[in-house]
Amino acid sequence: MSATVTTQLVEAPSETVARGSGMLRTALRSRRLIVGLCIVGFFVLLGIVGPFLVGNPNLVSLDRAAAPSAAHWFGTTDIGQDIFAQTVVGTRITLEIGAAAGLVATAISVIIGIGGGYVGGWVDEILALLSNVALVIPTLPLVIVVAAFVKDTGLLPTIFVIALTSWAASARVLRGQTLSLRNRDYVLASKALGEPVWRIVLVEILPNELPIIVSQFLFSMIFAILAQAGLAFIGSQSPDLLSWGNILYFAQNAEALSSGDWWWFAPPGLCIALLGAGLALINFGLDELLNPRLRVYREPRGRRQAKALSPVVETEIEQ
Amino acid sequence: MITTTGIEALHGSAGLSTDIVLRASNVSVEYAGRRPTKAVRDVSLELRRGEVLGIVGESGCGKSTFAYALTRMLRPPARMTAGVVEYFDRDGESVDLATLEGDRLRDFRWNKIAMVFQSAMNALNPVTSVGSQMDDIFRTHRPGMDKAARRARCGELLEMVGIDARRLRSYPHELSGGMRQRVVIAMALALEPQIVVMDEPTTALDVLVQREILDEVERLRAELGFSVIFITHDLALLLEISDRLAVMYAGQVVEYAPAEQVATSPLHPYTRGLLRSFPDLRGERREMHGIPGSPPDLRTELAGCPFAPRCESVFDPCRDMTPPLQAPPRAWPVACHLHDPRYARTTDEAGR
Amino acid sequence: MSALTVTDLTVDYRQHGSRLRAVDGLSFELEPGQTLALVGESGSGKSTVVRTLSRFVKPSSGEIALGSVTDRRLSRRAERKTYHKTLQLVFQDPFASLNPMHTVAHHLRRPLILHGGHRRGPKLDAAVLDLLRSVNLTPPQDVARKHPHELSGGQRQRVAIARALATNPKVLLADEPVSMLDVSIRLEILNLLDHLKRDRDLALLYVTHDLATARHFSSQIMVMYRGEVVERGPSDQVILNPAHPYTQLLASAAPDPRLTRAQLADARTQRAQLRDSRVAEHRESVVDEGCRFRGRCPFAMEVCATRPPDLPAAKGAVNGSAAGHVARCWLLDESAAAAPAADSSN
Repeated sequence: MSATVTTQLVEAPSETVARGSGMLRTALRSRRLIVGLCIVGFFVLLGIVGPFLVGNPNLVSLDRAAAPSAAHWFGTTDIGQDIFAQTVVGTRITLEIGAAAGLVATAISVIIGIGGGYVGGWVDEILALLSNVALVIPTLPLVIVVAAFVKDTGLLPTIFVIALTSWAASARVLRGQTLSLRNRDYVLASKALGEPVWRIVLVEILPNELPIIVSQFLFSMIFAILAQAGLAFIGSQSPDLLSWGNILYFAQNAEALSSGDWWWFAPPGLCIALLGAGLALINFGLDELLNPRLRVYREPRGRRQAKALSPVVETEIEQ
Repeated sequence: MITTTGIEALHGSAGLSTDIVLRASNVSVEYAGRRPTKAVRDVSLELRRGEVLGIVGESGCGKSTFAYALTRMLRPPARMTAGVVEYFDRDGESVDLATLEGDRLRDFRWNKIAMVFQSAMNALNPVTSVGSQMDDIFRTHRPGMDKAARRARCGELLEMVGIDARRLRSYPHELSGGMRQRVVIAMALALEPQIVVMDEPTTALDVLVQREILDEVERLRAELGFSVIFITHDLALLLEISDRLAVMYAGQVVEYAPAEQVATSPLHPYTRGLLRSFPDLRGERREMHGIPGSPPDLRTELAGCPFAPRCESVFDPCRDMTPPLQAPPRAWPVACHLHDPRYARTTDEAGR
Repeated sequence: MSALTVTDLTVDYRQHGSRLRAVDGLSFELEPGQTLALVGESGSGKSTVVRTLSRFVKPSSGEIALGSVTDRRLSRRAERKTYHKTLQLVFQDPFASLNPMHTVAHHLRRPLILHGGHRRGPKLDAAVLDLLRSVNLTPPQDVARKHPHELSGGQRQRVAIARALATNPKVLLADEPVSMLDVSIRLEILNLLDHLKRDRDLALLYVTHDLATARHFSSQIMVMYRGEVVERGPSDQVILNPAHPYTQLLASAAPDPRLTRAQLADARTQRAQLRDSRVAEHRESVVDEGCRFRGRCPFAMEVCATRPPDLPAAKGAVNGSAAGHVARCWLLDESAAAAPAADSSN
């Protein structure tokens, strides 16, 4: 009992200090955002620096299918490759594919969603039809089919295959938002000034959709990482491309699961889950930050009230 | 304490009955936040049986917040930080609203106090008929009533506000805005409450429809004898329909007087400014001015009279002393140093 | 020469296959240095007029001539540019008409670059500050740096007015410019518009639902009801001697603080009697043929089933103060009004 009281006492003043002013301070108080940023930041750092620190991941040693030890932190494969080195090197490829595919998918959805939504008319009809069709086709099978069709399974084709099959959902979201924004008075005012269309879209509309675009990008990135892992796992990706998915593919081929070599598939699997969670946390955190309605109001009550902690949310007076 | 004497003085001057149905004493409301907004500051008002009390002020003056406080409808982060709201029944029994909880509070709301809000016409449930929504009120609050009686009563209520009883079967979207607002008023009156709080009930409506609905409310009030608290920013309208009115500025009542007095000889410079802001439809054409400037930030601690920076007759004490709401001799409560006998000489210079 | 001439403007909206006529055969002229008030309630079509004149909506028929530019030649890019330069508008809601992402300076710089031949640089900044001064926003340097959410409603509307003035227009459309603002600052904004109109010889179309400010700030008034102008004329004439029953009802619905309690009660009874026979719903129903007001009109006659023409409001009012005061009502036609006048309570 006394322990909880102490933490309360310690916590109260620090919270008051953090309740200073400015967006940054609010951002720093969002635990989801902080945790998400830490996770993703860790992997990004790992992806950049890691490959220089670990040795060649394809180097074969005599320690075959060895459990984790001081020499091989994550153990070794059935032909004696260091799984830690593989995981670290795989981080870079995985992140590259995720970020690039997410970026391309978001770019397509911005062009189709915002462009169609603003232009309207038959252009919009056709683009909306296109995205609806793309939306109802089950994506992973499509990725598999397209990947098989493209044959070249290197880095660039993988990125484009994933991007081209995953833009539809965000295009729809952006189109809806654009439809509502294009009749706002400030857009009409720009029209009345005779502003060219491209300028209205880029300067007046696009900045107002940035939060949505960022959030869609993060989702696309999660999807791309999962899709890539899936593709690699079922073997429709070049084995030269050492990604987390490929590690899983080799583990599966060597029947690591049935022979109890958990150290082979656990690290890449956990990494995928952790990175996905990190990206999702950033997304939720940003959402909370940019959309005040989502912020939870905490009513001062009980001990909190006694300590005169003012609640978290700032709300305009309703009139 | 000063406030109370002020109200008593008002009773004397108006010579009306002093049968009080609702009394709010020293009510304060805060919106919690990094810097709490003191939206309502120490407001005391009394509502008499059968009268229309108008509350007027600009957006952000706290008038709606005050209405929510009166009806116990404040939601976090808003919180009533001080004050008492008492209700007096016809038989003299009094209820402190703060003590009501749960079912008793809900019961009290429909039976004794009903509310009509600006957005009320959008508050009707779009997927059920008007009739069943009205029926719900009776089913929850008058469990003894049988179906036929409920139905008849709903029809009666609709007819009462000028709508054909056959409309019970209609859905809200089949009615115009004015008709929907009439339905909401009918629902508010369903259990014959003693008090109806109306917060900008006609602002979203056309002038003609607004007029008809206000006439309707006036007629019903004469017939049924309920009291009305009418909240709006439209002072010209309020002068017509209310018996007494309270002018609010920056969360405080700055003038509290019979409507005729406000129309002919307002005391507070803010009231005068507001009156001037409504050009007279048939009056002479002349250069007109409103009140320059904007209201103070309610998150800051206010020193002196909150209206001082915008006031045309501001003088020394205004800047550092907040004027209390008190009645000068032979007048009504006003929160202004101009009417404080202590500054009589300075006042003469400043002029009325 | 008038700054804006609108001839027979008709606007239809398509709605679930059926057409809704929002504006029906509207004609008017707007003179430089004059204010014309377009008065109507919501749904009267007054906002559609503004939208059509601003070219957000295409008219079904009719012609808009802006000085030498007519809408037939607007396919040419240069003509379109002249149109936008010459005609500007001020929106109703100052919270929606400024882009939350941009500073005040951004909002004013664009029209100056597009239409004022300015380039980025100190001269442009000086022009922005001049604009802010012209709408009494001081200190202009501070205001220019702010984002819309840092300004009050009145200040935002001043920025919106400054933006409209930046192209140096000849015609200014003000669509309910004060209805979203606090009561105490409305007159300041209207005074500002009035002064700007005089100083810059602007032709101002003041669209509003408020009869009182329409009368005080304009020389001519047009009263719109469901897409057509039912009464027009010099403002004092239209407000003090309304000829159309709709205008009469509007004028009598306006609060008058000079009335005593007894007078108010009388007025209430009178109004009640006038509408006693009709159910509320009936009054708000829409009629398509004939006079559109007849469902609500206390004086409706049989002849009202056919559409009334514009008739002079006062006999022999060809000149004098009532010149140009016309109303679209059969009551003003002696031959039509005389016969079935008895049939008013139905």
